[in-house]
Amino acid sequence: MAESATSFSRPAVESFERLYTFHGGLKLPGHREVTAKQPIQSAGVPAMLVLPLLQHIGEPAKSLVQPGDTVYKGQLIARQSGAISANLHASSSGTVIAIEERPVAHPSGLQAPCIIIETDGLDRYRDEPAAALDYSRMQPGELCDHIREAGIVGLGGAGFPTQVKLACSERSRIELLLINAVECEPYIACDNRLMQEHATEVIEGVRILQRAVQPDSCIIAIEDGMAAAEEALRSALATGNETGIRVTRVPEIYPSGGERQLIKVLTGSEVPSQGFPADIGIICQNVGTAAAVYNAVIKRQPLLSRIVTVTGDGIAEPQNFATLIGTPVSHLVACAGGYTQDVERLLIGGPMMGYAVSHDDIPVSKTINCILAVSHEEMPAPPPAQPCIRCGKCTVVCPADLLPQQLYWYAHSNNLDAAQDYNLFDCIECGCCAYVCPSHIPLVQYYRHAKTEIWAREKQTMASDHARQRHEARLSRLDRIKQEREARMAKKKQALSSDGGRSDMKKAAIQAALERVKRKKQQADMTPKNVDNLTPEQQRLIAAADKRRQHKDDTE
Amino acid sequence: MLTALIALGVLAALIGLLLGYAAIRFHVDSDPVVDQIDALLPQTQCGQCTYAGCRPYAEAIAAGEADINQCPPGGDATIQALADLLGKDPKPLNPEHGEHTEKTVVIIDEQVCIGCTLCIQACPVDAIVGAAKQMHTVIRSECTGCDLCIPPCPVECIHIVALQPTIRNWVWPLPADTAAGDLQHG
Repeated sequence: MAESATSFSRPAVESFERLYTFHGGLKLPGHREVTAKQPIQSAGVPAMLVLPLLQHIGEPAKSLVQPGDTVYKGQLIARQSGAISANLHASSSGTVIAIEERPVAHPSGLQAPCIIIETDGLDRYRDEPAAALDYSRMQPGELCDHIREAGIVGLGGAGFPTQVKLACSERSRIELLLINAVECEPYIACDNRLMQEHATEVIEGVRILQRAVQPDSCIIAIEDGMAAAEEALRSALATGNETGIRVTRVPEIYPSGGERQLIKVLTGSEVPSQGFPADIGIICQNVGTAAAVYNAVIKRQPLLSRIVTVTGDGIAEPQNFATLIGTPVSHLVACAGGYTQDVERLLIGGPMMGYAVSHDDIPVSKTINCILAVSHEEMPAPPPAQPCIRCGKCTVVCPADLLPQQLYWYAHSNNLDAAQDYNLFDCIECGCCAYVCPSHIPLVQYYRHAKTEIWAREKQTMASDHARQRHEARLSRLDRIKQEREARMAKKKQALSSDGGRSDMKKAAIQAALERVKRKKQQADMTPKNVDNLTPEQQRLIAAADKRRQHKDDTE
Repeated sequence: MLTALIALGVLAALIGLLLGYAAIRFHVDSDPVVDQIDALLPQTQCGQCTYAGCRPYAEAIAAGEADINQCPPGGDATIQALADLLGKDPKPLNPEHGEHTEKTVVIIDEQVCIGCTLCIQACPVDAIVGAAKQMHTVIRSECTGCDLCIPPCPVECIHIVALQPTIRNWVWPLPADTAAGDLQHG
């Protein structure tokens, strides 16, 4: 293989004649001898399906069903909410018995909202599947809509909603559509078996993706060890119309299956830090996603199942299963003959990037490609961590070309700004650094801690900005109300005082009238008449009345 | 001699004019320090710092009247951030103002609420909805956990609840290794 040190200039993308290397990486034992030869078995319909509303990157889907509802296979039971989200369909027929929090496949071991379906065993659709779409006549946007409706997410492990990735082709010209069939980790063989057994569907799915993305060229990247899969793909390609799909083998160096690493190997170009492959004109899709796209467009079935490798020394009969989404892990393990006596740990995902779970009562989600039950000999628990001796081995193997020990120091001391300065978010958590660390430091966990802590702080900052806004809005509202009240009071006071002026005038008028009357009384002829020839009795009465009047006037 | 003086004088005047123009043309309103401090505070508006809210506390810090270790909801992270901003030494949280706890929210026991509106008037972020003689309730996503609504409630129907982690806000714990701390960062 050519050295990458001389390949900084961007090659002509059309050729892809030579391969490049990415920095670091590891040669790992494959552990695929058994599973790569086992044909895909159906895991059947379990008695209970547990479908988490969040099985992808982005916002959880919103449930459309109620407990007690009868659902058919393929029925939409939760709709995507927001741009980055995915639909969810019932993977078999039955009755919704609950929508509640259940344990899900997550390193935290926490519960999350799920739709629980008690299956009726009939596995029936409501209607006959619609006729296959003639995708060669369809517009890319239409195809994306069908893929969105089918709830397809990246089946390689990250679970990014596929239509969002495909929509990148509307914004920028896509030079290369890269179909990733490089198994990401040891033990996992689901993509290998899929290509061997369903090569025609895979190729057809890739052609649909080509139609949706309109790339200049298209490569299916497989591993060196996948001779049978390569043969199957080539014969499937030979039967159909030539559409310029190339099959390229890349060396088995972990993690060649990483998106950025695979792009480096095939094109020599690097995806910019914290950027996306679309930034350099590349869209990368997992081979399983291509098969799901085939099912959505040709068979008109949403994403209902996926292939899961169940393996490890802790499993009696390691196998690959076509598994309905929502199948409990315990059901899959039972299908594989149960656990052996040696089983020590249960991992979701591969040995490098997977995480341990404490029990198997969790459902298979869209992104789970492997269930690994390991024995003590196979994967002993790491010895206690020793201090970092600055040997630099981690830096040598880091496929993202980072400085793992610097990241470790900063993550360890919670100096998160510095960790970000050292491009923490370019870390793909492949685990190479921890694998070679002579001090057995669980490096990846430090990076995962730092990343989730940074996200938590970002959320906190957003929440406090929001609270500040609301507090300021409240203060200004209270201020406005106060000012309005003051203005009202001032107006009233003014009105009162002007009114008071009017009443003074009235009082003055009354006073004036009274005085006028008084004056008139005084001026009027007050001399009594008919007072001649009065009897002494009459004179006495008049004198008494005068006295009373006098007295009344005095008191007034 | 005179020519040199005149030349220098003219040059000085020209450069002075140029600088004066540049000072006006490229004037940058420096971010006032109060805003910068306020941006670091958790905006709980709880008043445990003895000021009437986060902004008054920020103003007091900027004026040198308050210390940087009076904010219990912010805890050590906020103190560290304030110390970095102001070039001071971080110090432990002043216990007079309370202890740092994980973020909580309040809930109203709706069976007990009598609809007195006192809590609505106390809430600094309008996170409680209700009307006189009507049941009140807390908008959980808006509650900052300041607990200011609890003292005014005449029937003690407001309770503090801790926020449970979900898979969406869960943080990976740091590995429990003691050996790693032995070597100093060099």
